[in-house]
Amino acid sequence: MSPVIPIRPEATGCSDVRPLVERGQREVFCGLTGIMWLHRKIQDAFFLVVGSRTCAHLLQSAAGVMIFAEPRFGTAIIDERDLAGIADAQDELDRVVDELLAKRPGIRMLFLVGSCPSEVIKLDLSRAAQRLQQRHAPQVRVLNYSGSGIETTFTQGEDACLAALVPELPAHSATQAPSLLVAGSLADVVEDQLGALLQAMGIDVAFFPPRRSTALPAVGPNTRILLAQPYLADTARALERRGAQLLTAPFPLGVEGTTAWLQAAATAFGVDAALFEQVTRAPRERGTRALAAHRPWLEGRSVFFFPDSQLELPLARCLQRELGMRLTEVGTPYLHRQHMAAELALLPAGTRLSEGQDVDRQLERCLQDAPDLTVCGLGLANPLEAQGLSTKWAIELVFTPIQGYEQAGDLAGLFSRPLRRRELLTAGQAVQRAA
Amino acid sequence: MQLTLWTYEGPPHVGAMRVATGLRDVHYVLHAPQGDTYADLLFTMIERRGQRPPVTYTTFQARDLGGDTAEMFKTAVREAHARFQPGAMLVGASCTAELIQDDPGGLAAALNLPIPVVPLELPSYQRKENWGASETFYQLARHLVQPRSTEKPVGARPRCNLLGPTALGFRHRDDITEITRLLDSLGIDVAVTAPMGASAADIARLTEADFNVVLYPETALATAQWLERAHGMPYTRTVPIGLGATRDFVAEVCGLAGLPVPPTPDARAQWYSRSVDSTYLTGKRVFIFGDATHAVAAARIAHEEMGFEVVGLGTYSREFAREVREAATRLGLTALITDDYLAVQAQIEALQPELILGTQMERHIAKRLGLPCAVISSPVHVQDFPARYAPQMGPEGANVMFDTWVHPLMMGLEEHLIGMFREDFEFHAGAAPSHLGGHGAVRSAPEANETRVETAPVAAPAKPILNPGQLPPWSADAERELGKIPFFVRGKARRNTERFACERGVATITIETLYDAKAHFSR
Repeated sequence: MSPVIPIRPEATGCSDVRPLVERGQREVFCGLTGIMWLHRKIQDAFFLVVGSRTCAHLLQSAAGVMIFAEPRFGTAIIDERDLAGIADAQDELDRVVDELLAKRPGIRMLFLVGSCPSEVIKLDLSRAAQRLQQRHAPQVRVLNYSGSGIETTFTQGEDACLAALVPELPAHSATQAPSLLVAGSLADVVEDQLGALLQAMGIDVAFFPPRRSTALPAVGPNTRILLAQPYLADTARALERRGAQLLTAPFPLGVEGTTAWLQAAATAFGVDAALFEQVTRAPRERGTRALAAHRPWLEGRSVFFFPDSQLELPLARCLQRELGMRLTEVGTPYLHRQHMAAELALLPAGTRLSEGQDVDRQLERCLQDAPDLTVCGLGLANPLEAQGLSTKWAIELVFTPIQGYEQAGDLAGLFSRPLRRRELLTAGQAVQRAA
Repeated sequence: MQLTLWTYEGPPHVGAMRVATGLRDVHYVLHAPQGDTYADLLFTMIERRGQRPPVTYTTFQARDLGGDTAEMFKTAVREAHARFQPGAMLVGASCTAELIQDDPGGLAAALNLPIPVVPLELPSYQRKENWGASETFYQLARHLVQPRSTEKPVGARPRCNLLGPTALGFRHRDDITEITRLLDSLGIDVAVTAPMGASAADIARLTEADFNVVLYPETALATAQWLERAHGMPYTRTVPIGLGATRDFVAEVCGLAGLPVPPTPDARAQWYSRSVDSTYLTGKRVFIFGDATHAVAAARIAHEEMGFEVVGLGTYSREFAREVREAATRLGLTALITDDYLAVQAQIEALQPELILGTQMERHIAKRLGLPCAVISSPVHVQDFPARYAPQMGPEGANVMFDTWVHPLMMGLEEHLIGMFREDFEFHAGAAPSHLGGHGAVRSAPEANETRVETAPVAAPAKPILNPGQLPPWSADAERELGKIPFFVRGKARRNTERFACERGVATITIETLYDAKAHFSR
């Protein structure tokens, strides 16, 4: 697909790999968790989960101390009366939304977010969204998607949200000049950096989701899509249905990934090689220098990934190719072969890939491998540390700006810090013992 | 359907997890969709546990719903038993699994496991976390407790059980140590502490003790009441939080154990509270909110042992609302019973207390309003699980609370200096307490402190509050004079003056009104 990844026929990496597929207990978040970053990204949107006390408790637990004066997410908790049919759930929802919008006049977009209980009782949120839209238009646009654990795993919640937003995008007419749409939430700082690089190459670029719901980017046959995040299967499909063409590239993690990702856009828009070199050279060199500082901590060390955000493959690729780490197991909740094609080709042949999870078995493999660093969820990190393993919380990789050249060093730092810390504390204990 | 932005309590199965995680060899198999495993991180992150909670989740997905989720559950139970070899198992459903009605209890029974299997029915759409913990402990006791088999040896010391501590409990770890030590000093042994630290076999032998000590009624009262009914075991009513309550507790357990009541245990807090620096604590206006046990205990300490004025008292524990209402009535207050933190915030804004004693959420509210705050109750965050020994109960608990409550306030002598040299360039109202940093800088607290409540309270507060719209305006000099009053009493001065002016129908508040009000209210 993309000409920038010179894949030699004899070296196709993991392209043909058959992952170890497991179906047991999955120690992962559900899609509701995506609200944590989506509500920070789209700053005039409110996310109303229609669910249970468990959903509300998940949101506040995942958010930790992130309770702001006026959080832009909440839960309409279904109670017995709704289930017993004493109250009409649709009427109740109307009442809750009226109450909410009256209190929060700044809200321009409202997402009704389906949950496990709302899906199981088949509460029709699309009908509710249509009705509420009529009631509150033009002030507020009302959309719905499901972030339920029975349908979505962690980052797939963002995929479902963006896919629901695609039909709302204005049309980009076929006569307009080609433009680039970058899909997937990025931190504002990353978005600004990548946007500036692309514009410097003369590419007309927009980002999806936008920071304000009133500034939706256009999409049409002359739109080229570059995915900034690897978990956007449904969103990509919805954009393609609007006529847009998907570019295939590795994801912009690490210097190599960022260069290849930018190159995919440059190639599609006919940017000449000299201009590409001129635009990317300085940040590329800075990124390379930043990575080099972390390499001594990571080179030759082994890393094990538990499945979490679908970012595992690109992260593993960056750690292996740019920082010299050894991959023991790379777990992912879901392997999308088409979107991961470029990443798979870059992973060393023979890497153990796993898809899905049986957490107890995976923990056995992890302890057996005794990796130098384990990337896992918050439920597993301290128990593994207590058994002597160094860990990196996977969720930080989703909340922290790690994409692009200027963040390459930060990304490496997230992995080197646990190892540096362990060494510091071990050295301290040795001094104490000697004294 | 209720709009909820934040909740004091999780769902009831999280309460069951707190019990299971506190126990030593009991495994909980929870029929639950993918994602419900988030609850593990409460224990591994907030409490920094080095082990995963003993919980297996079926984590079913949509594709499984068309198939056989019941079979999934049975497989999970069978495999969890084989892998973890527990002494007993709990089986149940989370909110979603409750809807698909697979009957975890019946499915598990059909497996004929060689251990006791306790089915839990926790109605997720009615009940909450503390109720779930209480019900789980009660069901475990109902299924496991054996009648007392052996007679107590002649001359043996009296024995009791400590009931109620769970995983993720506010200072439960240290309360157990403190109360065990206190009981030992009285000549009483602890037979079993449960759920925290107990095995299934320990639950079975709860009846070997002479009586039960209920440390946390929220989780243990139902079990203690049943043990009294079914096995004739008396239980304690006093929760030993605070010096007065500890004294009452000692008298109560000595009565139950047939021992003479010894002199009151000594605590440094008693002397500290009497020392002159503490003069400045007199009449400080304090707002209290938490679970029922800790809120009621804090109100008594604040009133009797610290010399504070309790201006608001409330709880989110509806099951124990009666106890909190009674405590509030004794203080001449109406209790705030709510699980809506916005209602709590509205009352705090209306009352303008000088100290807030609450949960993690009241700490956030206090931070926003720039008010001093100490945490006295769950729900709590990682910093409320300190590395050091910091009980809430017994004599040491009283010391810990004295320190913790006084720390956010200005030191007495420092407050005295500000009163003496008001508007001096160093001792001015904007200076933060010197031990809390921010020297010299005008902190935002005074402004926040003075911010008038413009929005209508979300729920009707318990006490009638002045509606800002109906208040007489302040003249410019009166407003300036008010600014000379130290910030920590400014809110009170403003309120009192406005109340005074309102009652007398004063059109504009002048300097005269301010000082008339001051004279009126100073007693």
